[in-house]
Amino acid sequence: MLSFIIKRLAVAVPTILALIVFSFLLMEAAPGSPFATERGVPPEVLANLEAKYGLDRPLIERMGIYIWNVVTQFDFGPSFKFKDRTVNDLIAQGFPVTLTYGFWSFVVAVVVGGTLGILAAVYHNTWLDYLAVGISVGAQVLPNFVMAPILVVVFTLWLGWLPGGGWRGGQWEYVILPVIALSTSYMASIARITRSSMLETLNAQFIRTARAKGLPMRRVIFRHALKPAMLPVISYLGPAFVGMITGSVLIDVFFSTGGIGQFFVNSALSRDYSVIMGITILIGSLTVLFNLVVDVAYAWIDPKIRY
Amino acid sequence: MKRRSLLHLSAALLISGGMTPAFAESHAMAAHPETGEKLAEEQVFRYRLLDQFPTLDPQLNEETAGFHVIRQLFEGLMSQDAQGNLIPGVATGFEASEGNTVYTFTLRDDAKWSNGDPVTAQDFVYGWQRAVNPETGSPYGWYLELTEMVNAAAILAGEMEPSELGVEAVDDTTLKITLNKPLPYFPAMTTYATLFPAHQATVEAHGSEWTSPENMVNNGAYNLAEIALNEFFRLEKNPEYWDAENVIIDEVVGLVINDVNQALTRYEAGEFDMLEPLPAGSFPRLKEERPDEAHSVPRLCSYYYALNQSDNGPEALKDPRVRKALSYAVDRDVIVDRVLQGGQLPAYNFAHAATAGFEMPEIDYASWDQAKRDSEAKRLMEEAGVEDLELKLIYNTSESHKQIATVISQMWKQKLGVETSLENYEWSTYIDIRGNQNFDVARSAWCGDYNEASTFLDLLTTTHGANDGKYSNPEVDALMRASKTSENPNAEYTQVEQILAEDMAIIPIYHYANTFLLNPSLKGFPMENVENNWYVKDFYRVAEE
Repeated sequence: MLSFIIKRLAVAVPTILALIVFSFLLMEAAPGSPFATERGVPPEVLANLEAKYGLDRPLIERMGIYIWNVVTQFDFGPSFKFKDRTVNDLIAQGFPVTLTYGFWSFVVAVVVGGTLGILAAVYHNTWLDYLAVGISVGAQVLPNFVMAPILVVVFTLWLGWLPGGGWRGGQWEYVILPVIALSTSYMASIARITRSSMLETLNAQFIRTARAKGLPMRRVIFRHALKPAMLPVISYLGPAFVGMITGSVLIDVFFSTGGIGQFFVNSALSRDYSVIMGITILIGSLTVLFNLVVDVAYAWIDPKIRY
Repeated sequence: MKRRSLLHLSAALLISGGMTPAFAESHAMAAHPETGEKLAEEQVFRYRLLDQFPTLDPQLNEETAGFHVIRQLFEGLMSQDAQGNLIPGVATGFEASEGNTVYTFTLRDDAKWSNGDPVTAQDFVYGWQRAVNPETGSPYGWYLELTEMVNAAAILAGEMEPSELGVEAVDDTTLKITLNKPLPYFPAMTTYATLFPAHQATVEAHGSEWTSPENMVNNGAYNLAEIALNEFFRLEKNPEYWDAENVIIDEVVGLVINDVNQALTRYEAGEFDMLEPLPAGSFPRLKEERPDEAHSVPRLCSYYYALNQSDNGPEALKDPRVRKALSYAVDRDVIVDRVLQGGQLPAYNFAHAATAGFEMPEIDYASWDQAKRDSEAKRLMEEAGVEDLELKLIYNTSESHKQIATVISQMWKQKLGVETSLENYEWSTYIDIRGNQNFDVARSAWCGDYNEASTFLDLLTTTHGANDGKYSNPEVDALMRASKTSENPNAEYTQVEQILAEDMAIIPIYHYANTFLLNPSLKGFPMENVENNWYVKDFYRVAEE
């Protein structure tokens, strides 16, 4: 197992390097410049700006310097747009926000979705099943860009219970709506996957044997069925977790959370090269990391899997 | 309304915790010193921002959202009143000499920085030298070039030292500025952020981090209390401001809300006092539902289509008859009354009708009815002998740009048989394509840098950086040069506008209006300032009946 983890980490390094190189080239190929304005910047001013941000050097040199700074000093450079901030500042502000509402969304999605899925499978074809399926289908067809405005109309405008946006350092009343909006569709997916996987497991021979031995239902489910039934759920959870903690642009935009998703999209639109790169590397590394975590979890759950 | 009372409580705690007793005093029962209106207890102004401003550094700022905040934090030599007229700021007045090429400003001696230091002429010299210093890398350094300050251009180009800039602190309260050529509107230009002062010791001590709440030293009516990017910021009244005793609003809060419909819901929930701009096309409905809150005021911007007359452009657009035909065929009333519906004005000339001191020129085709314009358009098109014209129209992503482009392309097709392909690009790409003349027709707009017609008309001179259609007429260039020394430049401006209409250098479409919602208990908003430069120090909140 340890050698597997080491091997995977060894592969991760070139993967991330390749990510940096490709992103750098793609960015270079995009038309437009971070300094372009409607007025047309005078050439001498443009030259000053390019010199200040090192854009006057050749591509290869810039990429080399960039990678060197990232690797040796963890320095992602200054933001081109937010002129008094560095990329590290922006990530330090935005990532904790996203991590917070992403984490809670994950917890809500797993707990609620998992419970719904298990209940639906265990009480297959009863009203409980129909209710659970109904809820998860309903949640699935309500994407978060529809959910978010509805939540604000109901909880802010009509009821006046919760603020319609903002973060204020993560006070609980600001966290609730983003978490509901973000977790809903993940919850629905988890419920569906859990339900079908659980149903399949419950029909398996070894479960029948367990029940034939006279074990109580609760014990059959928690002791025998749950672990194998979770395999497909776990392979879904890895990327879902990364998706949630690296944020949803829509959540950031609708709830003005100041999270990282919005920085990511805005930086692409304004050609804020250093911010695009910084967040790409962050999300890329997290994806690699959590894919590894999922694989390890797999091996732990299913003894058949050996690396 | 549990939530609101919670919010109020926390705001009250913040205020009492963070302020000196001198102005933590309650406004309850207080009356406005001039109007006698009863003031509300809580003097807070909250507004919505469409986008996060990139910086609060006056010398680095290049856009409106940031300028709205910088204007509260800093104060320039001159300032503006509710009508947009120049009033004293840090300077009590100025004298122009040597034919408007030398300006001497006298600074008030009681102006202070937020740390208590006096604001001196040297602080302006430092700020301005900083703006043109290539090391600062200011994207708005060219603003000093625009002021014609001596050596600004050469310093920006790295050919001279910043210390050689044409500004000098004669003593602590006297600032002398020398210009290359006469510029009658120079004092008006000092109301913009680039020409605000900077506190040298602070900038040098903290580098690019000097604008953070804990470091910033500023000289305006408010101090920066907290900021979270893409979320919100909060300002508190500055007790060191020279006129602090007349500042009524204690706190300013800006909420960044990108989605305009979301913003409208939150405005309706009472989360903030001002929403600007409004969702496209919603103004008539909101005006009916909230007559006391919905406003439409002129805004110093013009919307136009640039026509590519460069070598890259189509042959047909080099013919003024074709350009005129395209312009005549645009029914501006349809665009203003049916598409935009927010009090915008149909445009037949370039400079905004509400520009200070600007006399609207007589433009022939403005006085015609649309039927006459249409028949004239057809005649000109035939005369030019252009058939099967196909044009590429580019615009940046926006619902209203798309609607206008669609409507205009229909008008061209029906009236002139011109086929138009619409191409939509996100902003950076659009700027790139437009700046490289890879278009036939480009949706464009220009907002005045200062309230004087040359800010518009200079754009159509040959060398202007935003003249993306590459229109060039030596007569226009010469007239605009002459206008700088003219006693009454309106004579030149009228001539220029008439030449522009005769050449149809661009297709003017409409003059902007700003539509917004404003809480009626908030008073003092400058409805008549066409630059929409608002100063929170002039606002106050009256008690609700």
